[in-house]
Amino acid sequence: MRRLVAGYPVEVRLLAVLVALCIGLSLTTDTFLTLGNITSLLNNNAVNLIWAVGLLVVLIAGGIDISFAVAASVVQYLSAQVFMVVEGNWIFGILVASAFGLCLGLINAALIHGFRVVSIVITIATFNAYFGLLMFFTKGRNIYDLPDWWTDRIYIFEHQAADGTWSELNLSVGIMLVCVVLTALLIRATTIGRQLYAMGDNPDGARRAGVNIWLMHCVAYGWLGVMAGIAGLCQVNIAQEVVPNALYGRELEVLAAVVLGGARLGGGRGTVLGCILGVLFIAITQNGLNLLGISPFAFQMIIGTAILIAISSSNLSFNFRPRRRAAEGRLP
Amino acid sequence: MTDASAPPLALRLRNLSKTFSGVHALEHVDFEVRAGEVHCLAGENGCGKSTLIKVVTGVHAPDPGAEIEIFGARQSAITPTHARAMGIAVIWQDLALFPHMSVAENIAFDTMVGARPRLVRRRRDRKAAAAVLDRLGERLDLDAPLNTLPIAQRQIVAIARALMGEARLVFMDEPTASLTQSETDGLLAVVRTLSEQGVAVVFVSHRLAEVLDIAERVTVLRDGKLVGVFPTEGMTQARLGELMTGSLLSHEVMAHDRSGEPAVLEVEGLSLAGKVEDVSLTVRRGEVVGLTGLIGAGRTELAHAIIGMMRPDRGTVRLDGKAIAPKNIREAIHAGIAYVSEDRLSLGLIQPQSIEDNTVIAVLDKILDAVGLISPTRKRAMVSEWISELAVKIGHPSDPVSSLSGGNQQRVVLAKWLATEPRLLILDSPTVGVDVGARAGIFRTVRRLAEAGLAILMISDEVTEVVMNADRVLHMAGGRIVGEYDPRTTDVATMEERVYA
Amino acid sequence: MTPMKRIGNAVGPETLPLAVFLVVVAVAFSLATPLFLTGRNLSSMAFQLPELGLLTLAMMVPILSGGLNLAVIYTANISGLALAWTLIAFGGPEAGVGAFVLGSVLALAVGAAAGLVMGLVVAYIGAHPILVSLAMMIFLRGLGEFLTHGGDISGFPPFMNVIGHGDLFGVPVPLIIFAVAALVWHIMLRRTRHGFAVFMIGSNIRASEYSGLPTKRTLTLIYTISGLICAVAGILMASRFNSVRVGHGEALLLVTVLACFLGGVDPFGGFGRVLPVVLALMILQMLSSGLNLIGANQHLSTAVWGLFLIGVMALRWFENEIRQRKWRR
Repeated sequence: MRRLVAGYPVEVRLLAVLVALCIGLSLTTDTFLTLGNITSLLNNNAVNLIWAVGLLVVLIAGGIDISFAVAASVVQYLSAQVFMVVEGNWIFGILVASAFGLCLGLINAALIHGFRVVSIVITIATFNAYFGLLMFFTKGRNIYDLPDWWTDRIYIFEHQAADGTWSELNLSVGIMLVCVVLTALLIRATTIGRQLYAMGDNPDGARRAGVNIWLMHCVAYGWLGVMAGIAGLCQVNIAQEVVPNALYGRELEVLAAVVLGGARLGGGRGTVLGCILGVLFIAITQNGLNLLGISPFAFQMIIGTAILIAISSSNLSFNFRPRRRAAEGRLP
Repeated sequence: MTDASAPPLALRLRNLSKTFSGVHALEHVDFEVRAGEVHCLAGENGCGKSTLIKVVTGVHAPDPGAEIEIFGARQSAITPTHARAMGIAVIWQDLALFPHMSVAENIAFDTMVGARPRLVRRRRDRKAAAAVLDRLGERLDLDAPLNTLPIAQRQIVAIARALMGEARLVFMDEPTASLTQSETDGLLAVVRTLSEQGVAVVFVSHRLAEVLDIAERVTVLRDGKLVGVFPTEGMTQARLGELMTGSLLSHEVMAHDRSGEPAVLEVEGLSLAGKVEDVSLTVRRGEVVGLTGLIGAGRTELAHAIIGMMRPDRGTVRLDGKAIAPKNIREAIHAGIAYVSEDRLSLGLIQPQSIEDNTVIAVLDKILDAVGLISPTRKRAMVSEWISELAVKIGHPSDPVSSLSGGNQQRVVLAKWLATEPRLLILDSPTVGVDVGARAGIFRTVRRLAEAGLAILMISDEVTEVVMNADRVLHMAGGRIVGEYDPRTTDVATMEERVYA
Repeated sequence: MTPMKRIGNAVGPETLPLAVFLVVVAVAFSLATPLFLTGRNLSSMAFQLPELGLLTLAMMVPILSGGLNLAVIYTANISGLALAWTLIAFGGPEAGVGAFVLGSVLALAVGAAAGLVMGLVVAYIGAHPILVSLAMMIFLRGLGEFLTHGGDISGFPPFMNVIGHGDLFGVPVPLIIFAVAALVWHIMLRRTRHGFAVFMIGSNIRASEYSGLPTKRTLTLIYTISGLICAVAGILMASRFNSVRVGHGEALLLVTVLACFLGGVDPFGGFGRVLPVVLALMILQMLSSGLNLIGANQHLSTAVWGLFLIGVMALRWFENEIRQRKWRR
């Protein structure tokens, strides 16, 4: 237990804050701890969470990706073109979206690896390229004409409370759970996952140990691409339309959530649990403000402050270690 | 000519040459290692040691005409995977480990490498890692993240990782460069265990004493050519140093009596909770005071307390009779103290930046023009002054420092600090990772600076070094100064006994 | 040393290739459309460039120090808001020059304060700049939305037109402001102790600390100055559009980063110069205006910017490969 606390300090601290937040909200509002609120919280955050675990894989491998949210929009648009021609269903849809997402991810991987350029440069370039081309070809117009299977609500859980209100979980939540479990398996239980951590931790050491760096780049950015595509598919199901610039700008919020959950910019550290906690922290804060009747215009401001305080406090307790190390003068 | 009764050879190289863009890194070198032998590869930086290791491990291909035999089998071409499969492992100086992964994961990492995804078998890997550590007679916490371990234990992890891959021939590149004396002793014991188990170890080190201690034979390279293979029995450090550098090194005591000179640094009753206890010392004008003791004795902490990187709890520091209490390095520089930290590669210099910027970094105030901007003319003048003063060999001042050799980087660090025109120079372990020839150069410079009136406090855990080069030697242990010696009347052996006891 | 190499050393190795690119792009568009090389187009480019230019300067120094400032756009917006409110308080269109000066001072103070907070957190707490500035961005955006409820604030005195649309001896005022800022940045980076420290910190902050550089003070100052120049951009934007809206220029955020990388600023910090970044900005502006003239919409130029950066990275890699191959031989 002590090892758990020492090994995952960020996750543990965030969990504690989250628990305190939930208890506080349960006591101050009578709507927070209701099935309806919790299910809608999950429904609203499924997309973000799918992205978050995808981005986690890239961060662990020592990279960063700015382009994934825009890539998801591109996948939505391309998939919509396919579904206009071919009759589909969810299984087919997920396959198509994954394939498109994978391709976009592999483009990033190929550019990063092929030209030996840092990921932030390439993904900012592809972010602009994807978004510009998407807006150019769609002329910024929305697509409403979508197949029924895509826009129909499918519930994987329904419950009617005594007062007659319904609470239900969307299919997106189910897909999200599968994505989260698969990502956890990939990074925790497979040798590929360990090699990803190793590459993020010490790229040179990994190379010398014979890790196939090119393959690892493909896995990391490809995985995020697939997750981006699937999340894009789910987002259409929720929004009922394809809006080319709907996802623009979401990448930075997801990034903030993942890093808040303990993933290290630079690689080698990060857990799926931390990711979930990071997304939930932002979601619950927002939800709580809403329930407390605070003006929605103040949400972002308070969340920004919360993140600033969270990173400040988590860094405060860390900073003593390097200083002591400097004194010893031996450890790098 | 091989003796029939001699043990089989682990490695045999004949006529090995390697040329990089017309420069000979290795020329017709022969080299052999017996199975289970501890063999030392000695030579100064740039003599071809690393190139040799890289050829054997398949990183570089040798020039045509070389014969390579590994465990009795002729090899035409070696790839890194091939070398590993044959049981060759290299432990590089940077260890190539993964700081955020656990000890067990680090040891078993090579079993995870591969393009085909498999499930991680944690329990099996742990057991295997524990078994390997057992073989080395070492106990480590298998689940501790690597970055919580001291360097010495990380070395053990690196060795265990090599053994996990069934290594039979292990190259160790400067394994002791950042270890203390007692840690080194521990590592040498592990190397002996390896050798007893039939693993051949090729040891590369700058520390001649331990080379003679651990190895059976030593192969000396100089400028890419083979000088010879020598048994370590009967070999002395002085002789080995001469073989490596090709010139005679002076090994006489240089001490002078400076007790008549005015005191520059006076420390009185300095204490730093748990690190330094009631230390008083004096360094006089033109005097080199050696401060020796084991790591953890508080030597570096004492230096840090003097320069204000750590706040002392009690005590006073006087410079030229004036009490000072610097709060950071800037104030220490201003007061007239220059502190050359031990880790020059990562802390002393900013490697990717230019030689000129590294030279003036601590004296920006002196190269300003009338309006307070940095004057390129003054900067250039300052740089060329110090580069010629310390005879640094450089291409162009705008080249990055990383393009310089280790010895020249040393000189740039010194230039940077001397440019601050200090009254007191504190050198922390000035010869760590520096080869024999360049060491002599450093001590000549130190001596010259002292002659010019600088007061110098030299920290080192190599007793021989301080006895040879200081005017007075202080022995520190447990945060206290426990003894003072005059090199002219002290025997190195007895002193080593006291310090290393 | 060859004269070519000496020039390369003096202006930075990125400058010459970018200058060549600039000429190529200019020639290509001049051939493609007669409208490109007209006074009207040139002056419209000169009016558009400074906004992105000032924001890019704000982004550049944090990147040089090994960080990033993702809050540049909203810092500019909030600063513009400070100016707008002051003007409204003094009667909107009837407000005098005094009100404008007071508002500008307030705007600069707000921008500097936002930067100062980030700088303090980065320097003294040691948090990662990407995260700190991201949090600041979210905060400022929220603050702006909270204060304006998503609306515009407009109705400024007419004399502000001079700043947004006027010219001095034929040179657009915004361009003059940008040119002065770029010159100040150049001097700051190459000739002042602060600038020197920026590069050193960008390469190795601990070694800089050991060398006696005031690393914490420098980091704080880097973000404060970044916030300050954002405020200048905010004032300029308010003058040009005669209104302030939170979220205006949002799309420019990652373009500023793109411009820095295109201008050869090292993404890890430690290396980069102002002149090539200015050239990169000019190329981006030309691509955008040129494409606009031949009838493509503005989004295509976003895509072309991205593809252009990839192309430049590919060329740099290619050049490097060739050089290394020569070495090997």
